[in-house]
Amino acid sequence: MKTDVLMGDEAIALAALHAGITGAFSYPGTPATEIQETVAERWRRDARGEVAAAWSANEKVAYEEALGMSYAGKRSIVAMKHVGLNVAADPFMNSALTGAHGGLVVVVADDPGMHSSQNEQDSRYFAEFAQLPFFEPSSQQEAYDITFGAFEESERLGLPVLIRVVTRLAHSRANVKVREEAIEQPDLGRYKDQRDWTLIPANARRRNKRLTELGGTLLQLAEESPYNKLELSGKRGIICCGIARNYVAECLGDDHDWSVLKIVQYPIPAGKVRKLVDHCDEILVVEDGYPFIESRLNGVVGLGGKKVKGRLTGDLPRTGELNPDWVRAGLGMDALAAPEPAGELAGRPPQLCKGCPHIDFYNALNSVMEPHRGKIVFADIGCYTLGVLPPYEAIESCVDMGASIGMARGAAVAGVHPSCCVIGDSTFAHSGITPLIGAALDDTNMTVFIVDNSTVAMTGAQETMISGDDVVSVVRGVGVKPEHVRTINPLARHHEENVKVIREEVEHKGLSVIISRRPCIKIR
Amino acid sequence: MQKNIILAGVGGQGILSMAFCICNAALKKGLDFKQSEVHGMSQRGGAVESHVRFSSDPIRSDIIPRGKADVVLSIEPLEVLRYVHFLSPEGVLVVSTVPYENIPNYPPTEFLLDKISVFRRHVLIDSGRLAKLAGSPHCGNMVMLGAAASDIEMEVSAFDKFVTMLFGKKSQRVVDTNLKALRLGVVVAELFRKHAEEGMETRKVLQAIEEVSDDSLLEQAEKLLPAGQDA
Repeated sequence: MKTDVLMGDEAIALAALHAGITGAFSYPGTPATEIQETVAERWRRDARGEVAAAWSANEKVAYEEALGMSYAGKRSIVAMKHVGLNVAADPFMNSALTGAHGGLVVVVADDPGMHSSQNEQDSRYFAEFAQLPFFEPSSQQEAYDITFGAFEESERLGLPVLIRVVTRLAHSRANVKVREEAIEQPDLGRYKDQRDWTLIPANARRRNKRLTELGGTLLQLAEESPYNKLELSGKRGIICCGIARNYVAECLGDDHDWSVLKIVQYPIPAGKVRKLVDHCDEILVVEDGYPFIESRLNGVVGLGGKKVKGRLTGDLPRTGELNPDWVRAGLGMDALAAPEPAGELAGRPPQLCKGCPHIDFYNALNSVMEPHRGKIVFADIGCYTLGVLPPYEAIESCVDMGASIGMARGAAVAGVHPSCCVIGDSTFAHSGITPLIGAALDDTNMTVFIVDNSTVAMTGAQETMISGDDVVSVVRGVGVKPEHVRTINPLARHHEENVKVIREEVEHKGLSVIISRRPCIKIR
Repeated sequence: MQKNIILAGVGGQGILSMAFCICNAALKKGLDFKQSEVHGMSQRGGAVESHVRFSSDPIRSDIIPRGKADVVLSIEPLEVLRYVHFLSPEGVLVVSTVPYENIPNYPPTEFLLDKISVFRRHVLIDSGRLAKLAGSPHCGNMVMLGAAASDIEMEVSAFDKFVTMLFGKKSQRVVDTNLKALRLGVVVAELFRKHAEEGMETRKVLQAIEEVSDDSLLEQAEKLLPAGQDA
């Protein structure tokens, strides 16, 4: 064993390499991005053989690629942020029925507090929904150990295994004990029965039955897990899971009389929970995410005779990222002496960089849009989403990856004119091509702006998959009329001619696609 | 022993390099440590913050609890104010006086200095002047790290190896600039503390330091460089 300084994401990546993976699949998304980046950066140094580690077009594709590798008997990891699992939900849910052959580990990084996401959805619900085993490591060390062991577990159970982390753990560094070198993955041979992976109803019913019957085994494994620790003492109890364990430990120190159940391996170890509940009069449930355990503990009618406290009772705030100060208050401990906050301070939100091509684009767009009172400008996810803020205030929506084009079409069909949308090159490749197909077929009266800056900028300038002339080819390929596929260069000195092009296409009563193309200043 | 440090500034000012040096220095001393930061949006000129904790005992929370920050170390005078409520009773603010004005409603510097001076223990550093003196406008972060070194009970020499790791790929000259920046921070912070302890009022201290010649500061800083380094 040796030690390495690792963020949670890096610990996971290294563990996967040490477990002998053949491939890593992912789409950029904070706070998961560093997992794939670390695999790509370190496999030559830390893996035994070759490891495929390119970005996929989106999370669904990434998952399906990992699934194919699993069917071929090889180990793989697939990583994404929490909303990425929404995109990968179809293969994820159905892979629980097909099962896994080569170990398949799914890492989902949640974002409590929405540091850089549209919501703070809790992926534990998804894992439970899929009836799969899942883990929530409480430290960088656990992230490494659990990930390493998860591949063998996946093969033994014949199921994908999910690991849930949160932003704070994903991006926090600590000293981690790691293996000296990678192991060789086992040679599993060809999968024995193709009917298991072909989910026509007859097979699916059989596989579904298998999955539900495995529930007992998964529960047993969680009950016996060395990561789930129950320490009984006084009558006041705590259930804490994942990173929440650290905040509880920080507040309590070593000398206390609380009974504490730490949960890291799921399904919820009911036996251990029952022991705690029987022993205690009141239980505080501490979770970084939704009140997943707390609501299950209460059930529909509550725990008679016991007091359950947590995010549902106001003892901890219902929303936002958990922190040790909230936990301290939730435990009923006095606050430590500290100064008052400094009062109202000018905010410093993220903004578009000086010289960003999106700035010149928005200036041109705003010039055209200004007189159009009936307009709607939908937008998508990327640096360009910052265009909603002053001084641009150019866009009006951001819901999910690729939503802008479909939304613009829906509004156009309802009679909105001009109906426009702004989407980046990477978001377009992710899920913007599909909705363009219907718009082209229909020649919907809308204008699509593809802001092509040749990179996946917001997440740290990863390589984009379709840029430059390839965007034009794809747009023409799905059937947009060539005379309404235009390209502009978003620079201040081209403002007048850009305004002219945009105005022409916005006024055209049919589908137009304008590609605003200039590389991100961060990638030069 | 335990030290809890909140690093603050604006995206791009080099907070993470500071954190890198502190954590590795702590690791070398055999201490346990955790360092957390938040990525993504912070790249776009927004406020950034990093919590660095090191201790001879195992560290639990990645986030520093309120009332436990020994130092709030900020490369920017507005940013420090966002975290003052984390300070421990003996905690100290180590702050650069150089404003980063990328928002329309940036408050006047006088307002910021007033708010900072309220805190019993504070050290204010003109990191802009010292960075220039060291040889580059970009090493203000290392000036600030040097300024806080004694508050976190670290010798600046403990950071040298990691400064080399960070900047060695660029050039020896860049490394040397940053090593000098660290020392200039040490020298000026010590001056500030000395005057403050004598009861001098904050603005007078800043003025007194302003009046010390560049040559004098450089001479004192160079005395602290490892043998073999020079101007």
